[in-house]
Amino acid sequence: MEAFADVAVLSRIQFALTVAYHFLFVPLSIGLGLILAINETRYYRSRKPEDAAATKFWVKVFTATFAIGVATGITMEFSFGTNWANYSRFVGDIFGAPLAAEALFAFFLESIFLGVLLFGRERVSPKFYMVSSWLVWAGSCLSALWILIANSWMQTPAGAELNADGTEAVITDFFSAAFNPSIFARYTHTVDALLIMGAFVAMAVAGWYMLKGRNAEFAMKTMRIAAVVGIVTSCAMIVFAHSSAVVVWNEQPTKLAMMEGMYDSEVPPLYAVGIVDEDNQEVIAPFAIPGGTSFLATGNFETEYPGLNELAQTEEYGDMVVEDMPVGLVFQSYHLMVAMYGLIMLTSILVLVFTFKGGRIAKMRWLQWAAVLSPIWPFIAIQTGWITAEVGRQPWVVYPSVTGPDGVSLLTADGISMSVSAPELWLTLGLFVLVYLVLLIGWARVIGRFIKEGPVAEGAAAADAAAVAVVAADAEGDVVVAEAVAAAGDSKKEGE
Amino acid sequence: MMEFLSVLWFFLIFVLIAGYFVLDGFDLGIGVLSPFIAKNDEERAVLRRAIGPVWDGNEVWLLTAGGALFAAFPDAYATTFSGFYLAVMLVLFGLIVRAVSFEFRAGDPSWGKLWDACFFVGSLLPALLLGVAVGNIFAGIPMDAAGDYAGVPLIGLITPFTLLTGLLGLAMFLAAGSCWAALKAPLPSCLQARAARLRLPLQVIALALFAVVSVYALVLVGPEMDPNLGILRWLFAALVVVGLLASLVVGKTSGDDLKAFLAQSASMIALVALLACSMFPVLVNATADSVGPAITLANAASSELSLTWMTIILCIGLPLVLVYHVVIYRTFRGRVNPADLEEY
Repeated sequence: MEAFADVAVLSRIQFALTVAYHFLFVPLSIGLGLILAINETRYYRSRKPEDAAATKFWVKVFTATFAIGVATGITMEFSFGTNWANYSRFVGDIFGAPLAAEALFAFFLESIFLGVLLFGRERVSPKFYMVSSWLVWAGSCLSALWILIANSWMQTPAGAELNADGTEAVITDFFSAAFNPSIFARYTHTVDALLIMGAFVAMAVAGWYMLKGRNAEFAMKTMRIAAVVGIVTSCAMIVFAHSSAVVVWNEQPTKLAMMEGMYDSEVPPLYAVGIVDEDNQEVIAPFAIPGGTSFLATGNFETEYPGLNELAQTEEYGDMVVEDMPVGLVFQSYHLMVAMYGLIMLTSILVLVFTFKGGRIAKMRWLQWAAVLSPIWPFIAIQTGWITAEVGRQPWVVYPSVTGPDGVSLLTADGISMSVSAPELWLTLGLFVLVYLVLLIGWARVIGRFIKEGPVAEGAAAADAAAVAVVAADAEGDVVVAEAVAAAGDSKKEGE
Repeated sequence: MMEFLSVLWFFLIFVLIAGYFVLDGFDLGIGVLSPFIAKNDEERAVLRRAIGPVWDGNEVWLLTAGGALFAAFPDAYATTFSGFYLAVMLVLFGLIVRAVSFEFRAGDPSWGKLWDACFFVGSLLPALLLGVAVGNIFAGIPMDAAGDYAGVPLIGLITPFTLLTGLLGLAMFLAAGSCWAALKAPLPSCLQARAARLRLPLQVIALALFAVVSVYALVLVGPEMDPNLGILRWLFAALVVVGLLASLVVGKTSGDDLKAFLAQSASMIALVALLACSMFPVLVNATADSVGPAITLANAASSELSLTWMTIILCIGLPLVLVYHVVIYRTFRGRVNPADLEEY
């Protein structure tokens, strides 16, 4: 198998694996960061010990998740140099600045004020603590902004030109490069998806407590916050997703062709499901709205878009070998993402209605189960969304977009590190799989423990201690001990 | 203007490296020292708490230095990170398991031994290998015409000289760690006494290694150095020694742990400054038999516009970063006390 010795293929596998893994945890921390900040603001107003306990609970969950996000994020910054040296040389003039800015403006903000959240409850004023929670969240959103500026520039290069000997993209206009044609659409689309993820994880935790019949007050409060954040972000997604798609329609014709399985030029129909027969270059779908995608893109049902075969004839996209294009993968990823959005919207509406209609969700076991399972939908949507975005721009790493400057594009295979060999890649790939697996297990254990323990208010802890004292004083028999333990459990619930 | 900007960024990269060396230096040092100076779970918890609120921010200096190198001198970033591939990956895996070990140790005591081990190994790998990497860019690596590393992976990077620079780096990290532990551990406590006692031998070893590395570098490696910076090199070399000696004497006699830590830190900054003045204007030296030329300011700097924007970004960002640092170090000033441990 040639692919096993192909440094470009192995480098892509390693990057895909590490970035997808990184993006399991980033959505959780940005999403939960908002839930945490809202919670802390509630405590700042109410000053109830159970609200403080709720914040502490989310700080613990957030921090364990954030730690993996940070750790696996270092991999990403290093890997441009380690595995994509030629890419780094080509784009360094433009791509490096957002990475440095991300560290300066975002990473310091996040990590330092997280230190305050973790250890500073007794050391700083309540207001400072509350502001810190918002600063941590702001830091994570800023981080997303800078990295998406860099990523969007790769999708739709702007404000740059090819240097004299054709080896480097050189910046000509900072603002055009930073505010490139896809940044606003892609930033809002991505961050909104992360907030949906956070809301759904909060829903899941609340739903789990409802199913178990414990922490009733915390569960209901959390469900309310999650329901509001969930519905707002799900509705906003209609606008953000649409504008993201418009950018693809206008800027990235080969990606559009792959998303809709268009080998030949046509008026793109709208499919809900289908299979791409790559050998015969056609889409097999049970039903389709003729001209549907054309309508979404342009407002009429007649606009023809070029297919892959026509695009391969052009100078701009001539490097593409149509037979090798991963059309099926992009088509399925894109349609799966859209399907997941349907489930996200449905869940958001159901949870909203039954949470605020007299809190009926507290008695609806099927909806509680739906809430517990709900993070699966945004999780799949986020991963498949990124597969669509990144596999859809192949075979280029810097995409020759429609409005992009002439010559500012780079094939993925030309971006690799020449001094890294296939055996070295196999070694590091194996290590990544091993280390990341241990991290995942470690994280699951810690989060599982936090959820099992639940938020414990100061008052409840005192009640526990009292119960233990009773047990110690009255060592007459097992019955007494059992009763005392049960009593401690009850007082814990009341404390929340 | 272009020349000014590229020279400015050459030194700014080293400023960021110095920030990393001093700040993450003490917490990497604590990670390596922890199995030796902490005898039980409580003492280990004190050590973790001594760096808990700050280690994450400290590590960001490395990411900032990496990002800035990428932006200002893409060729240097590309050549070193890809050329040192396996070594960089070891540093990376170290940083990864170390980062999670903090939170997982607190949340999962039954796997405590695993996370303690991760904390130690994850601190040791960067503390040792970063010095090895510096030794290589100073002594020179073989490069092909395209500027890619042309030597043997990993093994080719280990020479007597680079091993010595690695050990010098490690000794400095450990000395800084012992100073920080002595400064933050409760007083009086066995842990504090152990950390304070350890300062002297570690700093003596660091001094000895500094002397050996300096002589080795001048006599056997002997790269060309900018003659205009000769005075600065002598000055910073003297500061390295004076800083270490001052820290050593203060720590031994007065017991002022803060002054001992600050003198140690000054010595570490001087060491990075000495390196910068010895390298200028070269970012990555080439060996004598190298096909490709050394990577320098002249052939690696980004465009004037790019460096201008980087300067603007730094002028806004760095003051903010310094303010955050003042906030966090002020908030958590003073020694760790037992009540702090219950908090988390």
